[in-house]
Parts: sequence; structure tokens; C-alpha cells
Amino acid sequence: MTLEPYWPSLFGGIAIGLAAALMMTLNGRVAGVSGILSGLWRRTDAGVAVNAAFAAGLVLGPALYALVFGRLPEIHVVASAPVLVIAGLLVGYGVRMGSGCTSGHGVVGLARLSPRSMAAVATFLATAVATVAVMRLAGAS
Amino acid sequence: MNGARVIAAGLSGLVFGFGLALSGMLDPARVRGFLDVFGAWDPSLAFVLGGAVATASLGVWLSRRLPRPAFDERFHLPTSRTIDGRLIGGAAIFGVGWGMAGLCPGPAVASIALGVPATLLFLAAMLAGMAFYDRAEIRLFRRRSPLHG
Repeated sequence: MTLEPYWPSLFGGIAIGLAAALMMTLNGRVAGVSGILSGLWRRTDAGVAVNAAFAAGLVLGPALYALVFGRLPEIHVVASAPVLVIAGLLVGYGVRMGSGCTSGHGVVGLARLSPRSMAAVATFLATAVATVAVMRLAGAS
Repeated sequence: MNGARVIAAGLSGLVFGFGLALSGMLDPARVRGFLDVFGAWDPSLAFVLGGAVATASLGVWLSRRLPRPAFDERFHLPTSRTIDGRLIGGAAIFGVGWGMAGLCPGPAVASIALGVPATLLFLAAMLAGMAFYDRAEIRLFRRRSPLHG
């Protein structure tokens, strides 16, 4: 096995971790995307401007990638429109109910050794793996 | 210092979005490949998560040695250690949706830049799901206690 195909993944991950470290050391906050997004309509003590700035930066990130590498990141969406809508509703409802997603629990929570985040990550990884397996068995993907 | 906080948050978001694009996390097919443990497993996202958690850990280590964050009077970090049904139930529901589409909130927002209709549809549904939970929670808390909501 050669590690070369995994370099972009590793360096991309390091950039994500750096973003979380910046948020933590500069603003003293968790770089959790679902919490920050909900701060666009809920009253949070971070303030709408801070949350909106993070969201705007997040959208500009792939544009910066395109500027640096001269091409847009490739993406392939195989899910049908109804599946995307149901999945989106579940993701949105679930991340608010569970107080975090892959970034807040997965990156920052694990880095902080939070027992809540460890439990959340184990749970959402398990149900995601099970969902993909069930869809594969059902011939849905 | 609110101006500095806004700029810091924008910078963090930019680096985050760049990292998502570089890592391959924006591609739902690759995310589902990582989750497809019983099929053609693609381990690349383990490198993403490993690199991200290791680097974020350095930030946590540094922040614990700072009297306060650079642009704020104090740290605003969650302190709860209670693992309850709400946490596990929410995480379980999120995981099902994540597995179905291969998209989670960060990539769903960052993908706006790519203008792919499918991820925009997912994002719209995701925001609706988030707002739906927040509204339901506010109603629930109002009923239970006048201190909340």
C-alpha cells in the first residue's frame, strides 16, 4: 500500500484542524458548523456577525482551492432528489437534537476528549455505516 | 474586539472550507465510500479525521495554556458531560441522513460555491430540518419552564 493517494486527505484534514485551532485560540469557541449555522437564526452569545463570517468563509474555501489549484474540487452526487431531501431533513434535525455534527463533535469534541462527543461520534458513525450497508443490500446505491 | 472576532471567524471558515475541498470531503461519493465498510471501503477520510483531530488537539493544548482567547474575555466551550437520549438519538438520526446522502453540514455549506443543484437541494432540506428542531425545542421548553425560550 502506498500512502501517496492519501496526502491530500491528510493535508485537508490538517487544514480543517487548523481552522478549529484558530477558532479556539482566537475566539475561544468551537468551530462546529451546525451550531454556527443555527446561530444565524437563533440568538447566541457569539453574535450573528461572527457566525455569518464563518459561514461566508466556509463557502469561499472551495473558491480559494480553485484559485490555488486551478480547478474546482470534483464531486459526484448519486442520491436521487427524494433521497437528498429526506437525508437533508434527517441531518438537520439530528445535528440540532444531538448538539453537533462531524465538525463540532467529530473534530473539536474528540480533540477536547469530550465524553459526549465520543459517544456522539461512535453513534453517528455506526448508524451511517449501517445505513450505507442496508442501502447496498437493498440495491439502492 | 468584535471586528477582530468577525475576521477571525471568517478566516477559520475559509481555512475550514479550503481543507474540506482539499481533503475530498466535499464529494458525497467518497464520503459514502468511507462509510461503505462492508463494501469497497475507501479509507481516505480516516486520514482527514486523523489529521483534523491531531491538529485541533494542538489548538486545544495551546488554548488550555492561554489565560483567555486572543479576541475574547473568556472561552465559550461546552461543559456538559451528560450522555443522554437527546445526544444519542440526535447523533443516530444524523448518521442515517449522512449515510443516505454522503453529506454533512460543513460540506453542504461549502458546496454552495460549486453550484451543484443536488447539494443545494440537500442544504435547503437540512436547514429546514435544523429550523424544525429548533422551533419544536423552543415550544417544548416554553411548556416545561418559563425560564427558557
